[in-house]
Amino acid sequence: MQTKKIINDGNRAVDEMLEGILTAHPRHLRSADGSPRSIIARDGPRPGKVGLVIGGGSGHEPTFLGFVGKGLADAAAIGNVFASPPPDPILECAKAVSGGAGVLFMYGNYAGDVMNFDMAAEMAAMDDIEVRTVLTTDDVASAPRDQRHKRRGVAGNFFIFKAAGAACDRMLSFDECERIARKANDHTFTMGVALSPCSLPQTRRPNFEIGADEMEIGMGIHGEPGIARAKLGTADEITDEMLDKIFAEMAPKRGDKVAVLVNSLGSTPLMELYIMNRRIKHRLDAIGVSIHATWVGNYCTSLEMAGASVTLMHLDGELQTMLDHPCDCAMFRAG
Amino acid sequence: MTIDAADLKRMFDAITVAIEADKDRLCQLDGVIGDADHGIAMALGFGAVRDALASLDLATTEPTALLNTAAKSFLNAVGASSGPLYATAFMRAASTVKGKATLADADFNALFQAMAQGIKDRGKAEPGEKTMVDAWQPAAEAAAAANAAGKTLSESLEAALAAAERGAEATKDMIAQKGRSSRLGERSLGHLDPGAASAVTVIGAIRKSLS
Repeated sequence: MQTKKIINDGNRAVDEMLEGILTAHPRHLRSADGSPRSIIARDGPRPGKVGLVIGGGSGHEPTFLGFVGKGLADAAAIGNVFASPPPDPILECAKAVSGGAGVLFMYGNYAGDVMNFDMAAEMAAMDDIEVRTVLTTDDVASAPRDQRHKRRGVAGNFFIFKAAGAACDRMLSFDECERIARKANDHTFTMGVALSPCSLPQTRRPNFEIGADEMEIGMGIHGEPGIARAKLGTADEITDEMLDKIFAEMAPKRGDKVAVLVNSLGSTPLMELYIMNRRIKHRLDAIGVSIHATWVGNYCTSLEMAGASVTLMHLDGELQTMLDHPCDCAMFRAG
Repeated sequence: MTIDAADLKRMFDAITVAIEADKDRLCQLDGVIGDADHGIAMALGFGAVRDALASLDLATTEPTALLNTAAKSFLNAVGASSGPLYATAFMRAASTVKGKATLADADFNALFQAMAQGIKDRGKAEPGEKTMVDAWQPAAEAAAAANAAGKTLSESLEAALAAAERGAEATKDMIAQKGRSSRLGERSLGHLDPGAASAVTVIGAIRKSLS
């Protein structure tokens, strides 16, 4: 049986969504001339500033294009659903935002994205645009700790892009922007849990099977299987399981500060996210860690998947300054 | 046999038809250990190739130009992993036959080798890592051996297809080392790699159209 979706044609879904987004956010976004899948910030890119290009597959909205705007990303290259964009739209993003100070490519660590962004970086070099790449690898469930470089980038993208975008907006040097981007990634930890599958607009079939009383711990944002199947627990049990894994990696000390992101994978409602957030506060209080800022909602989704992820960013003064830096994007504002 | 641009276009058309027919199975295979979109990406890519080749004037198009058109249209339609991999295969194929108006058996064999090598280089994958290389590499080796033994192109491609099928089947016993399924570790055991499965479909269509 096909899943229910409000679409016209599965093959047109991404382009029709983009048309709707550009119509809704004309003050923030435009598409590059002749490259409709290259979404550029109206305000932000300027001479002397390091350009920040993010991107990846569609289906994760507001990631990626919702975080394009002054103070955050300068452009996003948009792929098909759950598929990396090809090199051309990435290259057009780089050209549109290059201010002569270098361009940072930041995206989740997936094989397809790496190949396409690397090809685009080679093409940009031929146009005399220097590109450096920082991959996000915040998903603690996706590989063991000693193989952090193999991990996926998931909802923690939001914190990592935010910190890097702030560094770029503050007109820091290319070296400094890259350093802060890498540091932000090193300090960000995400765990997710999925309760029910999503379905691609083109197939409208559930992309995995899961029992009515089961959850998949550590599932990826494209429905990649996680680390374990378990009986569905209570909100507190689920939150504890996620936090135990995150704490084991982050090693927080009494007096430390964190930023919290409780993210819906698509269809899990705010009610459930806030129940989880309440537990996060209790657990952080118990170990003497304070919360500098909290975001709750749909930040990195997987179409209509049910489930949630928790991200903590382990803050120091510098990362806190970057998170507090104002930004004005199509789907997110701060400061 | 002698292969010209029109034959290559027919070959791509045959691949497009075969992949379209196989789309759902490929998505299902990918749903088990990946993100369920491999059939969509492959069908989208070869559909774009068919459309792009349809607008070429075959009388004045050399094989190299046709193959480069195929590479660019596949890449821009797909992105994903299969985009760079197959686009690189076609670009390498294009440079292998540069300057030739028609291709002899040995030329096509070289083109086939270049495709397999291009996929391997772009994906930085080795045999045994549960990827499409596990079908493409044995297929290329079998075709090369048959060609060296004086077999016809048709016989070489027959050998390539048989080797690709064996190679794809063997991915069931492999633990994924590359791509999304690599995060599964041992949970990827027992499942056919979708990229290797689609490689068999592609090679099968090539054999059928050039025999």
